[in-house]
Amino acid sequence: MAESELSIFLLALLAGAIRVGTPFLFVSLGECLTEKGGRINLGLEGILVTGAMTGYAVSYLSGSPWLGVLAAGLSGLALGLVHGVICSLPRVNDIAFGIALILFGTGLAFFLGKDFIQPSAPMLPSIPLGFWSDDTRVRSALNVNVLFFIGVALAFVLHWGLRGTRWGLVLRLVGDHQDSAQALGYRAAGVRILATGVGGFLAGVGGAYLSLYYPGSWNEGLSSGQGLMAVALVIFARWQPINCLWAALLFGAAGAVGPALQAIGIGWGYYLFNAIPYVLTLAVMVITCRPDRTLSGAPGELSLNR
Amino acid sequence: MLKPWLGRAAVLALPALPTLLAMLTTAVLFILFLLIQGQPAWQAGPLVFEGAFGSMFAWENTLMRAAPLMLTALCVALPARAGLIIIGGEGALVLGGLAAAVTPLWLPSLPAWPMLIAMGVAAMLAGGLWIGLSGWLRQKRGVNETIGSLLLSYIALAIFRHLVEGPLRDPNSLNKPSTPPLDGSYQIGVISDSFYVHWGLVAGVVACVLAWVFVRYSVVGFSLRIVGGNPRTPRMLGLPVDRLVLLTCVLGGAAAGLAGMYEVSAVQGSANTALISGYGTAGILVAFAARHNPLGIIVCAILLGGLEASGGLLQRRLGLPDATTLILQGILFINLLAWEALTRRTLDWRLWLRGHWIAAPPSRTGTTEVSHG
Repeated sequence: MAESELSIFLLALLAGAIRVGTPFLFVSLGECLTEKGGRINLGLEGILVTGAMTGYAVSYLSGSPWLGVLAAGLSGLALGLVHGVICSLPRVNDIAFGIALILFGTGLAFFLGKDFIQPSAPMLPSIPLGFWSDDTRVRSALNVNVLFFIGVALAFVLHWGLRGTRWGLVLRLVGDHQDSAQALGYRAAGVRILATGVGGFLAGVGGAYLSLYYPGSWNEGLSSGQGLMAVALVIFARWQPINCLWAALLFGAAGAVGPALQAIGIGWGYYLFNAIPYVLTLAVMVITCRPDRTLSGAPGELSLNR
Repeated sequence: MLKPWLGRAAVLALPALPTLLAMLTTAVLFILFLLIQGQPAWQAGPLVFEGAFGSMFAWENTLMRAAPLMLTALCVALPARAGLIIIGGEGALVLGGLAAAVTPLWLPSLPAWPMLIAMGVAAMLAGGLWIGLSGWLRQKRGVNETIGSLLLSYIALAIFRHLVEGPLRDPNSLNKPSTPPLDGSYQIGVISDSFYVHWGLVAGVVACVLAWVFVRYSVVGFSLRIVGGNPRTPRMLGLPVDRLVLLTCVLGGAAAGLAGMYEVSAVQGSANTALISGYGTAGILVAFAARHNPLGIIVCAILLGGLEASGGLLQRRLGLPDATTLILQGILFINLLAWEALTRRTLDWRLWLRGHWIAAPPSRTGTTEVSHG
């Protein structure tokens, strides 16, 4: 009895790690790319919400969830470029601008998304990896969305790209030492704008996952700060894309503790258990950060490391 | 040919130029946005004004919203003096409200005034501790205060929801989980029957004025300017940086907590989820719009309070969604920050104006200006 409950709980946790972790993965990869260029974009939270709304709306209107994902990414690209361009102006604080973008992105999504709360859009497909089992719970837990695999592949591609390609090296140089990059003839602002834009694209895709797969609907309470937690997650991952993958799974599991406990009938402290990802993020930052030195692996131009 | 007084006026007005341009572009972009949406943009503008300042009722509505905004904006502006960007005011507000709501339950029955003071102290302690924790984490553990304060805010909201819907819930509050309602004598009333705004407005204005005196005229305030300006200088001077930073965080958090107390005892009558209404977030915008100047906060809080107050009117008359004011706030915030890029130019222009337009004694102003440039 207790044993089966434990296995249900662990299964729910595993399923949650993937299911809840996927949007974390996309947003943190986007943030990782942005921060590698030396900027920090807190506005990914707003981009996530805009992406969720755009993805849902386009999927509903066009009938194709993949078009929705693309549109979500493009909306994220647009907002990311806005962040990139305006923060290239002198004296504009990127952290403060991120907060403004959160406000604007959520406002835009709530305004334009009013009409899409009711209708149901076609959802993204998933791959039934649990086909071998007779247990319906195992089957549903191992239904893994295609976007998760794309995200995993992306983490490896970014890992390779940042190390082994000219693009990656230029981005890291701009993020680590702007003056050297400029001495070599690269325009730091342009590189950063591009990185922030692509980061926004990824965050937008993460948003589409929220509305088109899990939880799988569009409403105003869809995001619970994933976009912001991703910023902390990138610090935890020490700006390494592959570490972002593990961190995203960990955060996904943490976010699944509340629902997993509900699955075995523990309803007490629902809100408290749902706050576990925040506590975890904070704990991770307390453990990894130090006041007297910058973290190893941190891009040198990052305003986070003042 | 040009009058010197005009030049002087221009010099005085120049620092406000980025803000004015930001408001102008915000209006243009907002109207464009509504036009693209096929909305009656030309009616929206006057309606925003009418809903905010068009009548006595509108003014009361506006000021009622401005009161907590002044206090939550201080939660951003005071730490900003020390160079911190704190955005967790919402959490401090709800915890302050909760502390105020439970104080009468846990204390023996007291007359109204001592109890209200106790409630205020409890609220300020709760808020101050919460934001103080963000400052402490930054100074002692190196945790970025922006992310840290926001995470703490999320945690505060979770604790608040848990307590209000669980252990502290009044069994009689069926549809809207709340703590037991405050006794009538512990509820804060309005300033007068002809001016239907609760006393939180006075508290907000007084807090802003006190904060202004504090940052402008006190020794601590002066030290803060050094701390906020450069991370190394204050340490060389031997200033207690950590303590100064913590102080601003605790004071800011206390202000936000006090906002929660007024929301509970003057508006809601108990602590419930209606407290989570975005005053903390809007306070960030107010503080940035005021450039973290406490007196500026009073003006900006009234403007933004008006913007929020007009949301209802836009909804009723034009059928615009309530997110309209959120978009307007977002556009405004973006423009305020973007036009900040102009600040250095305005300094140059100011020097140029002084040099060319105003017939000032050339030798004196000339030399000081060159040394500034």
